[in-house]
Amino acid sequence: MKETILEVQNLSVEVSGRRILNDVNLQIRKDEVHVLFGPNGSGKSSLIMAILGFPVYRIVSGRILFKGKDITDLPTNERVKMGISVAFQNPPAIRGVKLGGILKYLVPHEEKINDIVAKVKLPRSFLERDINVGFSGGEIKKSEMLQVLAQGGDFIILDEPDSGVDVENLRILGAVVSDMLRNRSALIITHLGVILQYINANVAHVLMNGTIVCSGSPVRILGQILNEGYAWCEKCQQVKTLRCEL
Amino acid sequence: MREMSASKDAALRAINKPAALGPDLDISQYSRQPKNWEPCPISNLPKDILQRALEVGVLPVQEGRSATFFQIDHSVIFRAVQKLFEDKIEVMSTKEALEKYSWLKDYWWKIVSVDTDKYTALAELAWDQGYFIRIFEDQKVTIPLQACLFISTENLNQNVHNIIVAEPGSEAQIITGCTLHSSVQRGLHVGVTEFYIKEDAKLTFTMIHNWAQNFDSRPRSGAIIEDRGVFVSNYICLKPLKSLQMYPVAYCKGVDSRARFNTIIYGMGNSYIDVGSKIVLQNDGSRGEIISRAIATDRAQIYTRGFLQGEHENTKAHLECRGLLLSDEAMIYAVPELVAEAQGAELSHEAAVGKIAEEQIQYLMARGFSRSEAEALIVRGFMDVSIFGLPKDLEREIQKMIDITTGRAL
Repeated sequence: MKETILEVQNLSVEVSGRRILNDVNLQIRKDEVHVLFGPNGSGKSSLIMAILGFPVYRIVSGRILFKGKDITDLPTNERVKMGISVAFQNPPAIRGVKLGGILKYLVPHEEKINDIVAKVKLPRSFLERDINVGFSGGEIKKSEMLQVLAQGGDFIILDEPDSGVDVENLRILGAVVSDMLRNRSALIITHLGVILQYINANVAHVLMNGTIVCSGSPVRILGQILNEGYAWCEKCQQVKTLRCEL
Repeated sequence: MREMSASKDAALRAINKPAALGPDLDISQYSRQPKNWEPCPISNLPKDILQRALEVGVLPVQEGRSATFFQIDHSVIFRAVQKLFEDKIEVMSTKEALEKYSWLKDYWWKIVSVDTDKYTALAELAWDQGYFIRIFEDQKVTIPLQACLFISTENLNQNVHNIIVAEPGSEAQIITGCTLHSSVQRGLHVGVTEFYIKEDAKLTFTMIHNWAQNFDSRPRSGAIIEDRGVFVSNYICLKPLKSLQMYPVAYCKGVDSRARFNTIIYGMGNSYIDVGSKIVLQNDGSRGEIISRAIATDRAQIYTRGFLQGEHENTKAHLECRGLLLSDEAMIYAVPELVAEAQGAELSHEAAVGKIAEEQIQYLMARGFSRSEAEALIVRGFMDVSIFGLPKDLEREIQKMIDITTGRAL
């Protein structure tokens, strides 16, 4: 059995006193790619923020282990330095902070920056731009992917890398992700599962109302969701026999 | 001469008139007894003076600047134009210039009114020189001119009156640094500056202030921009002081005239800072832009104002004012005002004041920056001067000063 990279144990999280994650358990082993499905507002992004340790996401109970170490109380920057790279869904725009500046901080070698910029096919002029200021949806995805590549961690978190991206850019991003996930573990949030065309995901989870209600084959779960919607998952929760597991 | 005595009379009537904005100062509490400084080459000045001058962008050597004017207290100690630029520009004290050119009286108190308030009145009644700079017709001056207004005496009142004339088709950059000796804590600087930007002329004026915690400053500036003229005014104040109030105005009088104000303020300690910029669009195609960035830390109180007035059709101006609070005891009050008096005057503004967004800090921490590194990066980004469109050398110098300030603060 391969070693466990990320382990989320009985995690419950509150934001401003409101419970948003309830007793979540998740175990991701080395080289495994996990996909997280769930309706809007079910807590998918919150789970990611909690794993990263954003203070707004207050951990009420449970713990998070990364590479065997309890990181529940570590600040975000120390967690990512242990080998986590993340692409956000809606990153904030920061005036005066250049994308190129962040990349340079992450990768001191100019050549490597050139390499990854070429891979993602984002015009070089973006390096001189204030990060996310006036970026289109597709440009944000590419800029996030660039930063993931620059971070170079062995555990990748992608929050909806495929939403709002046109066909051509999806192909580019898909190829980058596919290449990146070789020999790496990942947790990927996807709405419509488009990114699954490019990667081999091992396990999918369905998050509903802050709880993982189902885990199993990504293809089967996605098929079920696309055919019958999350209403089916709700029903499944009640009648455990309907599970669409492996 | 009759005109001169008329302005004296007006000044006398206004000498007790408080300014419309800012704390009212008792002007009798400052000393009118300066140290006496003899003219000398600037390189002969004491090292500590040169160091302070350098911190406001004034180089201690002539190289790198096309002309230099240096005044300490009430004495002009140096003024020279580099050989290469002698037929392009002239620089002298306004006293000298008024004696030399009879026409200069037509430029004296013509944009700024002598009876605006007690400070303009003071500058008339107790006038301590200042500089006259003229860029000759069609001359493009590629290297900046520099002027330093220095205070070396504790509790001194220094009142300068500057006149800048950019003749038709000329182009230049002027850097003015106002500062004081490290031993000086108190005092009052009043600086009247009148800018005349003639047809097709372009002037970039950068003023850097570096005062002391108990020092007061009351600049009073105005500019007239003729047809197709361009006036860019940059103001930078990164050090604490007791009080500062100014509200320079640019009149875009000519067809297609342009004015732009860029302001960077870093308020520290107990500083009371009230800085605005005003642009009046008076002719077809006039354009204006005001950009300001203010950071308030400690207990600083900052008022940041902007005023756009469209008096003519087919005019356009924008005002962008951002403030960042780094302390719960500090305050920023943003006051953007737009007045349209003609159809087709297109005026807009955006203003935003707040503390550093936690979301931005978290984002950068997720890239590996520590919290304090992330904050420093955001503050530095907030003060990014590249948006001002300055000449590259000047941009580098200003960014360096800002980096020192923000680096120290965080």
